[in-house]
Amino acid sequence: MTAQQRHDPRRGDASTPGLEGRQAHGSLRGYITGYVLAGALTIAAFAIAPSTGMAPFSVVAALAVLAIAQMLVHLIFFLHINTAPAQKTNVLAFAAAILIIAIVVIGSIWIMGHLNRNMLPMDHLMQMQR
Amino acid sequence: MFGKLTLSAIPFDQPIIMGTCIVLILGILAILALITYKKKWGWLWTEWITTVDHKRIGIMYTLLALVMLLRGFSDAIMMRSQQVLASSNGHGFLPPEHYDQIFSAHGTIMIFFMAMPFVVGLMNFVVPLQIGARDVAFPVLNSVSFWLTAAGALLINLSLGIGEFSRTGWLAYPPLSELPFSPGVGVDYYLWSLQISGVGTLLSGVNLLTTLLKLRAPGMRLSMMPVFSWTALASNMLIVAAFPILTATFAMLLLDRYLGTHFFTNDGGGNPMMYINLIWTWGHPEVYILILPPFGVFSEVISTFSRKPLFGYRSMVVATMVITLLAFTTWLHHFFTMGSGADVNGFFGITTMVIAIPTGVKIFNWLFTMYGGRVRFTSPVLWTIGFMVTFTIGGMTGVLMAVPPADFVLHNSLFLVAHFHNVIIGGVVFGCLAGLTYWFPKAFGFRLHEGLGKAAFWCWFVGFYLAFMPLYILGFMGMTRRMNHYDDPSWLPYLLVAEGGAVLIFVGILLQATQLVWSIKKRQTLRAGADPWDGRTLEWSTASPPPPYNFARVPQVACIDAYWEAKQEVTTAPEEPFEAIEMPKNSGLGFFVAFFAVIGGFGMIWHIWWMGILALVAFFALIVWSSWDENDEFELSAREVALFERANPHAA
Repeated sequence: MTAQQRHDPRRGDASTPGLEGRQAHGSLRGYITGYVLAGALTIAAFAIAPSTGMAPFSVVAALAVLAIAQMLVHLIFFLHINTAPAQKTNVLAFAAAILIIAIVVIGSIWIMGHLNRNMLPMDHLMQMQR
Repeated sequence: MFGKLTLSAIPFDQPIIMGTCIVLILGILAILALITYKKKWGWLWTEWITTVDHKRIGIMYTLLALVMLLRGFSDAIMMRSQQVLASSNGHGFLPPEHYDQIFSAHGTIMIFFMAMPFVVGLMNFVVPLQIGARDVAFPVLNSVSFWLTAAGALLINLSLGIGEFSRTGWLAYPPLSELPFSPGVGVDYYLWSLQISGVGTLLSGVNLLTTLLKLRAPGMRLSMMPVFSWTALASNMLIVAAFPILTATFAMLLLDRYLGTHFFTNDGGGNPMMYINLIWTWGHPEVYILILPPFGVFSEVISTFSRKPLFGYRSMVVATMVITLLAFTTWLHHFFTMGSGADVNGFFGITTMVIAIPTGVKIFNWLFTMYGGRVRFTSPVLWTIGFMVTFTIGGMTGVLMAVPPADFVLHNSLFLVAHFHNVIIGGVVFGCLAGLTYWFPKAFGFRLHEGLGKAAFWCWFVGFYLAFMPLYILGFMGMTRRMNHYDDPSWLPYLLVAEGGAVLIFVGILLQATQLVWSIKKRQTLRAGADPWDGRTLEWSTASPPPPYNFARVPQVACIDAYWEAKQEVTTAPEEPFEAIEMPKNSGLGFFVAFFAVIGGFGMIWHIWWMGILALVAFFALIVWSSWDENDEFELSAREVALFERANPHAA
């Protein structure tokens, strides 16, 4: 009887949630790559934000692109979300999180936009009447 | 040194409060004296306070819920009595500022400290047993979750004698809950106790979710998982998704109150309507967090006592998951009247009506499970049938209020109050009490007295109808919620009937207390084996009460209703030798974390900053210390396992 079997198989590290695949926590190289990328994207964002040479809309668009890239770097290098079969649960959980956030954010913007239009304070309404 | 706290914080001039406090203090002193007299402190510490066993933590959650049920119910009966006495010329016995605290405390306690611990307690106890696991995924974290919930409950009850409680209703809408309009400590008691217990609930959600996804017995695919475990999965997914919204919203209100920010103020660019929007994006999923596990209880009860597999297992699972998703798309129906346009109100009205469809599917599944079965009318079945009738009525009044124009008439009326009590008492409370009766023999090895249980059911059932049907009518007559006094004498007869119903429910609670005491006294005659109800799922395959490791041999699963199928096969399994089992050690982490959470919460409520900082430092020290503690497991030898298994013979 091997040590692996003798231990309660669902208490050993092999199947303890979070410990089952220590290699999934990435290498030093991966973390440094991620760190450099994240840093570069942050510096780029701060460099573009005060720029006067670009049209205001392009600044916003560029910042949005950089923000999305930043999120992807975090997901890939720090949270290790990838398409490996062992990551199925994490990917599903991530997708569920995105869905809920989308519902809450889009729903809230829609609702608050409506309230903003319909429920103006009385003095604002009076000013608009004039 | 002591912030806002002075001796005048204790309401010496309020005889009702002081009387309650004296009785409570005497009661607590008597219990402490009894423990000391019986020399049970060591036992209490090692067997219960520091335990990481999911079954004992589940039992402690349930006990907390039952105690808080008493607290919440006494608030309820005080409100009912006030409304009976405060008609026309009468002013009742509760001044408005006290009455407002009582209805706020009633709602807050019943949802956060009665219903939530009850549901979480049942899930904690049952889920690992049902999926053939030896414990939850993170046993120490489980203890931390429980003690944080208990810490929140303690804080909210401290407000009874020290200071005051919130007067802003159970969700503390701003701007009323902002500092200029609620300058006292009431809202701070509310916010800190819910922040602390909310963290506990979130951690418990993560824990059970991981357990359900990762620790199922070998061979048990998701499609074979018992329905209660499915509903627990759905409920915990909702907890993990929704509770962070609550924490963030409360954090913003705390910043408004403590640091003068303007998230939800009327001026400075704040918007109180955003609070209402955010709190209900948590609040609506919350009602499904509460009701889904009871749906699972009813499914287990009805299939066990009809001796039939559940009708439409797959449709039941699909309905559960559809409700889980739709739960996040209906929140605006709580504030139709706040001023959104027709398309927003229309959208959320329709999603609300749509969510009734999967719920209806479930009702039909339960009915068809009973159809053609030999139903044993035990008290869990009575609770289930009572639920089906009551919840259907509550569901229909809910769909009625999902029509925005109808809601404009009924919003914040007693019709609404009757509706949500109809679904929460008829659904959540009946479900939890059914589950309590159903799994009690598993937890303690003896049944609850059946006759007293049935009598309690009839009191609750009839009492509920008497207490809340008049409120529907009063809602149509124009009575709004949270009224301390009213001038219309034609409302009085209905309120008298409602008071009678509340008294009848009180008789039911007394009968349940009697049932508990009686059953403990007569436990030798009520002794139950491993499988008292002829059950279908794995929890009935191990001893009652189950050993700390749940299953000496991890069960192998190949179908739905694994234990039922195993009972049908006549196999003489070769007697395999027992194996040593690795067990988590007891841990005081949860208790100490909760201790400092109470200290820190109390300090923040009363602006005693050094207490808050002290607790924060202690908190981090504890977490760091326990994170480096590698010596957290011990091995139960094969001989000890064999000794227990031989002493408690059972099927598996």
